[in-house]
Amino acid sequence: MPRNTLVDLLSSMRFAISLLTVLAIASIIGTVARQNEPLNAYLNQFGQFWFPVFDKLTLYSVYNAGWFIAILAFLVLSTTLCLIRQAAPMLREMRGFREHAREESLRLFHHQASLAPTLPVEARRAVVETYLAANGFQFKSDERENALLIAAKQGGAGRIGYFFAHGAIVLICLGGLMDGNLPLRMQMFFSGKAPTNGNQLIADIPESARLDVNNWSYRANVYIPEGRSSSFGVVGVGDGILLQPLPFSIALKRFHVDHYENGMPRRFASDVVITDSESGERFEHSIEVNKPLEYRGVTLYQASFDDGGSILHLSALGLAPGAQSVLDFSGEVGSGVQLGIGGQDYRLELTGLRPLNVENTGSSAAAGGTEDGTGGTDGTGGRTGGRSFSDFTGSGARAPDSKTLTNVGPSYSFKLRDSAGQALEFNNYMLPIQLEGRWYLFSGVRASQAEPFRYLRIPLDDASGDIWFALRRVMLDPVRHAALARRFAEHNVNAATDSTLRERIQEAAEHTLTLFASGGFDALGRFIEAAVPETERDNTGTAFIKILQGLAWESWMMAREDAGQPLFEASEEHARFVRDSLTAINDSMTYGAPVYLRLSAFEQRQASVLQAARSPGKTPVYLGALLLVIGVFTMLYVRERRLFVLLNNDEALLALSSNRKTLDIDETFARHREALAAALGAGNNPSRSGLNETPD
Amino acid sequence: MELASSPPPATPPALPSPAPLGNWLKRRTPGDWLYAFALIAGGIATFLRYGDLMDGYDRAILAIHVPILAVIGCYWRPFRVFLALVTLLALAGVGLYQDDLARAEQVFFLKYLLSSQTAISWMSALFFIATGAYWLGLATRSTFAEHTGSTLTWAAAVMGTTGLFVRWYESYLLGPEIGHIPISNLYEVFVLFSLITALLYLFYEGRYATRKLGAFVLLIISAAVLFLLWYAFTREAYQIQPLIPALQSYWMKVHVPANFIGYGAFALAAMVGIAHLLVARGILTSRLPAPVVLEDVMYKAIAIGFAFFTIATILGALWAAEAWGTYWQWDPKETWALIVWLNYAAWLHMRLTRGLRGAILAWWAVVGLFVTTFAFIGVNMFLSGLHSYGSL
Ligand code: HEM
Repeated sequence: MPRNTLVDLLSSMRFAISLLTVLAIASIIGTVARQNEPLNAYLNQFGQFWFPVFDKLTLYSVYNAGWFIAILAFLVLSTTLCLIRQAAPMLREMRGFREHAREESLRLFHHQASLAPTLPVEARRAVVETYLAANGFQFKSDERENALLIAAKQGGAGRIGYFFAHGAIVLICLGGLMDGNLPLRMQMFFSGKAPTNGNQLIADIPESARLDVNNWSYRANVYIPEGRSSSFGVVGVGDGILLQPLPFSIALKRFHVDHYENGMPRRFASDVVITDSESGERFEHSIEVNKPLEYRGVTLYQASFDDGGSILHLSALGLAPGAQSVLDFSGEVGSGVQLGIGGQDYRLELTGLRPLNVENTGSSAAAGGTEDGTGGTDGTGGRTGGRSFSDFTGSGARAPDSKTLTNVGPSYSFKLRDSAGQALEFNNYMLPIQLEGRWYLFSGVRASQAEPFRYLRIPLDDASGDIWFALRRVMLDPVRHAALARRFAEHNVNAATDSTLRERIQEAAEHTLTLFASGGFDALGRFIEAAVPETERDNTGTAFIKILQGLAWESWMMAREDAGQPLFEASEEHARFVRDSLTAINDSMTYGAPVYLRLSAFEQRQASVLQAARSPGKTPVYLGALLLVIGVFTMLYVRERRLFVLLNNDEALLALSSNRKTLDIDETFARHREALAAALGAGNNPSRSGLNETPD
Repeated sequence: MELASSPPPATPPALPSPAPLGNWLKRRTPGDWLYAFALIAGGIATFLRYGDLMDGYDRAILAIHVPILAVIGCYWRPFRVFLALVTLLALAGVGLYQDDLARAEQVFFLKYLLSSQTAISWMSALFFIATGAYWLGLATRSTFAEHTGSTLTWAAAVMGTTGLFVRWYESYLLGPEIGHIPISNLYEVFVLFSLITALLYLFYEGRYATRKLGAFVLLIISAAVLFLLWYAFTREAYQIQPLIPALQSYWMKVHVPANFIGYGAFALAAMVGIAHLLVARGILTSRLPAPVVLEDVMYKAIAIGFAFFTIATILGALWAAEAWGTYWQWDPKETWALIVWLNYAAWLHMRLTRGLRGAILAWWAVVGLFVTTFAFIGVNMFLSGLHSYGSL
């Protein structure tokens, strides 16, 4: 073949090397930018300017991008050409013995030696051939005038490895192409399929967005609530979807999540009933992670799970001053409820229910911050306290000392959208959670996905969580301020001694209340800034706090009276409750919602998300994988060795060659030379022997 | 006829294979047979004791281990001693526990030698000392120090392997459904990495009859051990955690070890590459093996690494197909595995190309280590993906 033709270039080893390197580098890109996310996620991430640029470069789905496929295509092309070009010579190599090798060329071998003649040629031939046979050589002899060449070889099979490994590359790439999104794109192109938007009823989805039941290559998600069934999968395309009908329907009887006692999930399983849409054949099966089900050429995997519309029984406790309203109602997760609160219209969207939350309540990390309910279960909680010798000894089974993983019970999340469309997102825990020996209700709130939840910590006294709401009402309700202030003054100044002082205290108390009610601690702070000279501020501050705590205490007692509960003696324990209450009231002013939603009961219904896949490429890819392994191992470990023994009347010339340049060839050659010399009873032939420095 | 008086063809002298099987068997020493017998006996004993607790897969694995270990032992004699010691110590550990975890703190030999934490700490310490010994040997040209180095490395490997086996048993004491092979979190695989790298090194040390490279290879092992200790005691990673569903797979038990033979071999090649580069610059030339030798070791290491990494990646794909429903979905971990693989494929091709040898290969092998390291831990640290269970 003429040099420097295109084929030549493409099948050249250097081209292969550059290809492999380019492919490797190209692959990196897609691991840096997250792939196939909703477009607006990228918009947020990269901003107005870069978003379209990266979009043009198809950085959001690199591995389906034309240019990436092109690189793969080149790999396939190049490897194929490589195979074709190498085929003929390699097969010749494998079959042939090179028994016509000329003496001169043998002498040029890197490994060659000459042994002195001992016996007649024929006798030596017998010896050599037995030796070769015994050492796993195949050989062929070539009689020449007054000389005999025995050409032996070993490990010629190594060459097959080359065809296997490189053929496998081609096979795998092609198989992968079949399972990629190319088929989908072709269908969209040729049979005019176009994605539609996801949130509509299946009935309303147009024909153009429905793929064929017999579609030979797809990967779709099937969402099935418990007790329902589905015969459709959804294929996400960009921000839209395509509907993939299945040749059977899947009914979900039950979805299981089993846990280890430390709360880590142990098993996800869907008990399904499959009904064939043609034969009507029915059967039950349980699909688990790592235990997929194959039926009618479709494989069903346990992909994930979701809420299937659990019923939440809620009561809304009004937070507006004066409001004593408690509104009971029920709703389904995934749906919305209209709420009229204090003349305002709100839309409540119930977004989720987690019956089980395992939290690391031991380490202070978790205090207040109970992120998404999975915190702690990942076993990477920060460790408190120093190293000790015992850390380096003992079993790996010791219980973590800084972490106490406990199930803190159900949590429920929802969005509250005001008439202006502004939504706040909430995450509440149904049951009180114990922190540093005291019980609180946790309610998290945030304005956007981006932020973490800010948690409102509502303290409980021995009675219930409601008491804080009552206390809060008393303290923030202008109507009750006068009475509250008086009561405070009475309990703090002895009437008999000094009535004017009491007047002043009462005024101060009432004033403090109005300030606090108007804007919490900040309001007090601002007032002090404005009205009190620098030097006085600290004292005034402490005074204010003292008064507030006193007032909180009184409101607590009043609340308990209203609720017909016994009063308390002041104690450190109770002082703590008062402080917590004040903090909670202060925080509640920025809570953002006019109500606190309490979950009184729920009926959970889960949904399982299965993946339904048809991958025609699987067989070629797996076959390719097998060939690849066989090929690589043979190429690397079956060493080709060619041993030539030229016998004539004045010497026995040995020469060894191999298709790989490794050190052990020297040793191999030395071994054969010694052995043959011994077998032939011949010493070295110094005149002609020795290693050539000419590379083979 | 002279032919008549020609001596009978001499029977060929003992040679290692390749050679026909019969011939090969002829050359087995009594030691070989004893070793093979011990393996078979061990296999049968295990089967009789635990057979009915195993499923078909477990039995198959048990069965193929006998021939595999037998072959390894025949080509690499010191391995038998290693295996024997590990077996003894591991069984001793298991025996001492008497199915009661609490005894880890009470029984002297468990607390200070055989309980998994202790054994692994011993491994760490021994690796550090071995590194020192090898460097001393390199600095002072003292063969004694080098000898000590390799003995200590063997000892470390024994302790580490024992530690893993005992840890395996401990995990079952936590509860039958929790028990699992200790290669499932970053802590455990770091131990595995150190062990495999050490064993590979010791193999080549014997093959090339030079202890000079220990100084370099043990550096990377010590680095791994340092990370291990840091990670273990800042994150309490040494605690045995139950397996999340995605990890409860047959594939894992083969995928992970194969992967780490790859990582280990690549790490070894890189350290040899560094030695190669030094020698090329005339540094330590008189103390280190010749460049040709170094290049040969590099090739052998990368070859075995590549072969096993190929298997590992394929097994990973088969596993992914079962767990996530796709044999390949360009998840960051997968993709980086591919990148590593392509990188060494390129390396192997370069070696077959005239003019691209020597220093370039050495550099490439060193760079390869960074790529590999990123695929190994970098991905878990910086990129998010489905493999997040290994996350830092
Ligand atoms: C992912 C792609 C590839 C992989 C995994 C791969 C793998 C291998 C392996 C493991 C070897 C043996 C190296 C050794 O024995 O030291 C090899 C040899 C070889 N490869 Fe590739 N290769 C790939 C692509 C290519 C391409 C694209 C070409 C041609 C353009 C090519 C041409 C060759 C040739 C000519 C040999 C030497 C065969 C021999 O002399 O026995 N390879 N390949």
